[in-house]
Amino acid sequence: MKLRYGWLLVIASLWFSLASAVDTQEAFTDPVKQARYEAMTHELRCPKCQNNSIADSDAGIASNLRVQLKALIAAGKSDEEIRAYMTARYSDFVLYNPPVTPRTYLLWASPLLLVLGGLGLAARSIVKRARMIDDGEAIEDSDSATEQGS
Amino acid sequence: MTTETSQSGSGRFSAFVPVLLFAVLLIVFAITLIKIGSNRLDIREIKSPLIGKPVPAFDLPSLNQPGARVSNAGLSGRAYVVNVWGTWCPECRAEHETLLRIAKDGQVSLIGIDWSDDAQLAQRWLQQLGNPYEQVASDVEGQAAVDFGVYGAPETFLVSADGVVLHKHLGALSWEDWQKEFVPLMVAAAKPVAGSSL
Repeated sequence: MKLRYGWLLVIASLWFSLASAVDTQEAFTDPVKQARYEAMTHELRCPKCQNNSIADSDAGIASNLRVQLKALIAAGKSDEEIRAYMTARYSDFVLYNPPVTPRTYLLWASPLLLVLGGLGLAARSIVKRARMIDDGEAIEDSDSATEQGS
Repeated sequence: MTTETSQSGSGRFSAFVPVLLFAVLLIVFAITLIKIGSNRLDIREIKSPLIGKPVPAFDLPSLNQPGARVSNAGLSGRAYVVNVWGTWCPECRAEHETLLRIAKDGQVSLIGIDWSDDAQLAQRWLQQLGNPYEQVASDVEGQAAVDFGVYGAPETFLVSADGVVLHKHLGALSWEDWQKEFVPLMVAAAKPVAGSSL
């Protein structure tokens, strides 16, 4: 048990050392700005590698975008303005947290639809099973009735 | 008795519903894979939000003419093609012959943006392979590349005479791509001008 946790620690430390090695930019001296920078690098998706955030990717474009992001934060832009800047160039694709628009209604509604669909299926099978039990009782009743009759 | 047979009938049908759903999924997957295999669908492609919008402003130092600048302002009033490339990009080497052919064809000027590149390597590349560009800008910081929404070189944009981005091609450009995607747009863009002059 102890050994297994040790392994996890080693893997985790390796993972984090790899992840932090990607971003070579100097940190902001202002901790608030640095926190915003780190949050945004994890929210923005690398358009080239597509399954990494720009914090995790060592692709050239991810590095370019980190430079832009840092400059925008340094220039006093809000997170909303930065998102607008990025989507004007790379569409909503760069956002790991896409906005609710007519195009994404289905995406945002899909968890609810799946739950409702599952509830519907469950309700149907419950009703069916209940009916089968009722029918079974009815058959038993009629059986006993015929037995009585004969 | 009759209700019992109809119930078992619908039961038999509903047993096939998962099979049918699975078959539909298989067909959708197969069509998608065939599209990818035949290059009709590029899963890396992000639809550019720039199409139909004014060309992003750029003003960069020239790669091969010391002191000169390459800017969208300096190109206004005529259609041009922006090609984003770099010597580190193998697909750029692959499309170079096409670019030379477009330059030789002479219908439109090619403007190169050398992205995140070593200027010496880039100059040697153009000397050795031939220079298809009317002007080449050096974009070391990637500012223009980001403004154009570039994420994987090579990328090629068609800009109309009134400064609107008409088309973007992702990846190596073949002569067939050029004929199919760019030439009809250039012809269409040139027509209203000819019509108004009549």
